[in-house]
Amino acid sequence: MSKDIFVVVEQRDGVVQKVSMELIGESVKLAGDLGENVVAVLLGHNIKDKAQLLIEYGASKVLVVDEPVLEHYTTEPYVKAVDYIVRKYEPNIVLFGASSIGRDMAPRIAGRLHTGLTADCTRLDIKVSNYQEYLLTKTSMENNPDKVNSLDTSDTFLKMTRPAFGGNVMATIVCRNYKPQMATVRPGVMEMPVRNKDAKGEIEMVDTGVSMADMNVEILEVLPKKEKAVDITEAKILVSGGRGVGGPEGYDPLRALAKELGGEVSSSRIGVDNGWIEKDRQVGQTGKTVRPQLYLACGISGAIQHQAGMEGSEFIIAINKDPLCPMMQLADLGIQGDLKKIVPKLTEAVIKYKQGLAVDK
Amino acid sequence: MKILVCIKQVPDTAEVKLDPKTGRLIREGVPSIINHDDKAGIEAALKLRDEVGGTVTVVTMGPPQADVALREALAMGCDDAYLLSAREFGGSDTYATATIIATALKKIGFDVVITGRQAIDGDTAQVGPQIAEQLGVPQVSYCEELKVDGDYMIVRRQFEDQSHLLKVKTPCLITCLAELNEPRYMSVYGIVDAYKKDVTVWGFNDLKDNLNPDWIGLQGSPTNVFLSFGKKQKDAGTVLENLSEDEAVQAIMDKLIERHLI
Repeated sequence: MSKDIFVVVEQRDGVVQKVSMELIGESVKLAGDLGENVVAVLLGHNIKDKAQLLIEYGASKVLVVDEPVLEHYTTEPYVKAVDYIVRKYEPNIVLFGASSIGRDMAPRIAGRLHTGLTADCTRLDIKVSNYQEYLLTKTSMENNPDKVNSLDTSDTFLKMTRPAFGGNVMATIVCRNYKPQMATVRPGVMEMPVRNKDAKGEIEMVDTGVSMADMNVEILEVLPKKEKAVDITEAKILVSGGRGVGGPEGYDPLRALAKELGGEVSSSRIGVDNGWIEKDRQVGQTGKTVRPQLYLACGISGAIQHQAGMEGSEFIIAINKDPLCPMMQLADLGIQGDLKKIVPKLTEAVIKYKQGLAVDK
Repeated sequence: MKILVCIKQVPDTAEVKLDPKTGRLIREGVPSIINHDDKAGIEAALKLRDEVGGTVTVVTMGPPQADVALREALAMGCDDAYLLSAREFGGSDTYATATIIATALKKIGFDVVITGRQAIDGDTAQVGPQIAEQLGVPQVSYCEELKVDGDYMIVRRQFEDQSHLLKVKTPCLITCLAELNEPRYMSVYGIVDAYKKDVTVWGFNDLKDNLNPDWIGLQGSPTNVFLSFGKKQKDAGTVLENLSEDEAVQAIMDKLIERHLI
């Protein structure tokens, strides 16, 4: 019978990625609901010394596959190794990070095993009572409590919830007739577990039979990331400036913040009309319509024409000296204050926070 | 070179709205388009054909209306088109979809298969790799540059923090990013031509001998939708006044962390 939750650990250049710890943390909770164990699957070369770290973050066992061909990620050797492990150990659930590596590898593994895979999940549930609470407090199902309360509470299948249609809808997916149940999980969504340096667990070396002969793609060169032409409509985070930035150089601190957040700088019409910033960064009726996950409006009063271009943003934060201006009323969080003082300090805080997150040995 | 391009007709998700009462999608009046990544795939295929010769065949699975997407691909310059359409195919998840498409691709024959990375409606990015798996050929995902070198393709693959230049022997499957290229417009002659050409429609009977009917459609899909719903209605926002700068920064940081924005 299939049991246990397997987390396929992601390492790049021998460094275990944060998403793997998040998945182990989440799996510990789910495994508790099932009365099963969490097993980390660590693939790489000269990687065994990282196994203890995974135990300290909550895995009760680590399966290590150590082969020269696994030093850098390529599809087939990784797929073959994980496929071997799943067939040998028959886990109930297998989780991957929804990174470019996880999303390249997992579909092929699911295909080879003939089982289901749910992409880019943002929530996982075993216990129906937890799932019901989520539906009733965080979703449109709050309007349909009868349906929520009628769910079968003895259902122990993994309920995998993910956004679709550009984030407009959420869907919960199940895989009832095939094993293992598999999902890729979006990085940064699950909580980072607390490390326990005294944790003990089993480490097992596995010979999966993968070798250099399985490599059907050759890595010619590793290149730095390409600089993309800016498209503010694609940005997940926009740091946007208006009259309050005061001039062309006023956008510099906004650029610094956007860079640290992995976002882009945009502008209201005033900045473009005054020649402070390029036209292709303008948001609003005569500019572009944007729907980022975060729209941080700095010194933008929020004329109706501007709102037309950004009111679909998922979350809006406004910084403005005038607490009564329309943008502050529209925002999910309005901060009365001087953006010239707050923005640089915010950038520092973001840098500091990110440094604190870096996972090391 | 025989190049197959897989495309999907999708609703323009930027135009999709939710019914605030039911939380359901309002699909009426939403325009259908060729998925962005797939359109880049068409352009990449046409460029390859210009460079080394051969044919570009475009394939889609969908309802009869998906014919429009295939005509657009023909008008861009593709040589021929296949529509895989049958009631038995409906409700397929990524595994089942890949099973049907791979069966058709094997029947058509190919040197290279090009797909988009992911469709903007489902956003799974699973069908491309799962087709490659069923075809038993290597895949390269997230292609941002593409060249031919004899029997090999040279592909620049994008990862989060870096790119890799990869060399892969044909036959293979490549999934493309929208930023790979700027897709050409349909030409006037192309549009006229597109409606003169035949779109081959394959239904269940055309593929049934080469696939397991228990592995396709709603019943044959390993995954099923348990529940779908919308987000909660937005609460009124808060305005914080008279904070110190540090308090202001903290208030913003709390929200960024809570919402997984950093």
